[in-house]
Amino acid sequence: MHEPFPSSSPPIVELRRVTRRFGNKTALDDLSLSVPRGGVFGLIGGNGAGKTTLIKHTLGLLKAQTGTVQVFGLDPVQNPVGTLGRIGYLSEDRDLPNWMRVGELMRYTQAFFPSWDEAYARELREAFDLDANARVKDLSRGQRARAGLLVALAHRPELLILDEPSSGLDPVVRRDILGAIIRTIADEGRTVLFSSHLLDEVERVADRVAIIHQGRILLTAAMDEIKDTHRRVTLRFAQSVDRPPALVGTLSLAGEGSEWTYVCSGERGQLRRAAEAIGATVVDDAAMTLDEIFVSRVHA
Amino acid sequence: MTPGRRFFSLAGERVQLHLSTDDGVPIYLQIVTQVKYLVASGRLSAGEELPPIRTLAERLLVNPNTVARAYRELEIAGIVEKRRTAGTYVSDQGSPLARRERIKILTQRVDALLAEAGQLDIAWEDVVKLIDERHAAMQTTRQKE
Repeated sequence: MHEPFPSSSPPIVELRRVTRRFGNKTALDDLSLSVPRGGVFGLIGGNGAGKTTLIKHTLGLLKAQTGTVQVFGLDPVQNPVGTLGRIGYLSEDRDLPNWMRVGELMRYTQAFFPSWDEAYARELREAFDLDANARVKDLSRGQRARAGLLVALAHRPELLILDEPSSGLDPVVRRDILGAIIRTIADEGRTVLFSSHLLDEVERVADRVAIIHQGRILLTAAMDEIKDTHRRVTLRFAQSVDRPPALVGTLSLAGEGSEWTYVCSGERGQLRRAAEAIGATVVDDAAMTLDEIFVSRVHA
Repeated sequence: MTPGRRFFSLAGERVQLHLSTDDGVPIYLQIVTQVKYLVASGRLSAGEELPPIRTLAERLLVNPNTVARAYRELEIAGIVEKRRTAGTYVSDQGSPLARRERIKILTQRVDALLAEAGQLDIAWEDVVKLIDERHAAMQTTRQKE
């Protein structure tokens, strides 16, 4: 749990220069990403940013048109047995077989995974209050997500991949999902990769974050580092200025007259010294939420 | 309960931590500050055991590394100590540090009060008078109880 990032062991997921087009739309644009072993990796981006396409490449559901994808050091398209058996996956649309009963879904999924833990599966079913005889198609949105989570978790995968797990769910089910993420990584060495647009959840549970925008990775770093190196600084200049000088790492700038607010990437002391150097006084200096950092990066 | 704000108990149901992702303060720092506050105000006392990292992480729904970092910072600050039996306990730190922490917390509140008084254009003398008045009023209320 105290292993420093980036972890010294080889990455669990590695995409190198992957490009993927659908017709004339570029979904992934020369994208490289490395997910270290252990911990929670949060993939954040807006709708259509490429999150789901990226995840489908790690599962071998899509083949890289250019570039390479490796999961556990293996190509998931060429070696689905060696990769998929070690991954638990909850898709965004929770595409479960509608005609099955919950009990049947569990037995059916069990057949694919030698490491399926029957006692754990039963425990999850009870904790999630799922009726073994209920038909998948009759489940509520929340219960359907829980059923999907159950079959993703019960073989105790080395890598748990969740695509927008909280999307459209009530807070109680979201708590179950966050709890499952935390329990999964608290067991030594396991990894969670999840995509989300609910950035307060990502801020709570992720060790590491990548921001994806228009098929490219804009930023990837440890959560602590991202929080430490983004600040909103308000400067007061001696005189009114039309266009204030840029600070190093300025992502956005707003204000008028002698008071201007900068969103900057940089360490706190460094920003203060830079402000002094351009003859300004720091009148406010605030930490930013992940949500604000995301917006400033995407619109920079 | 506003979104993003939740309350969770730390030691039994008695004391609670309140985490928020609304104002940008790192979560580990919120845990550190609140435990310091709870110790300084005497609501957590010396020798009390804090929950194991994993337990608190699951209760607060935050990354276990975040709780581990908070515990490390609290240990460095001398607020808690690890014992050989692997638990984390509120340390027996004596009153001087506790008083310093209490003053520090109060200083922040006083600064906020003075800033607000300035914005509302209330003179310093009037703020002092108001504090005196409120103190007197509270004393009267207490005597009645």
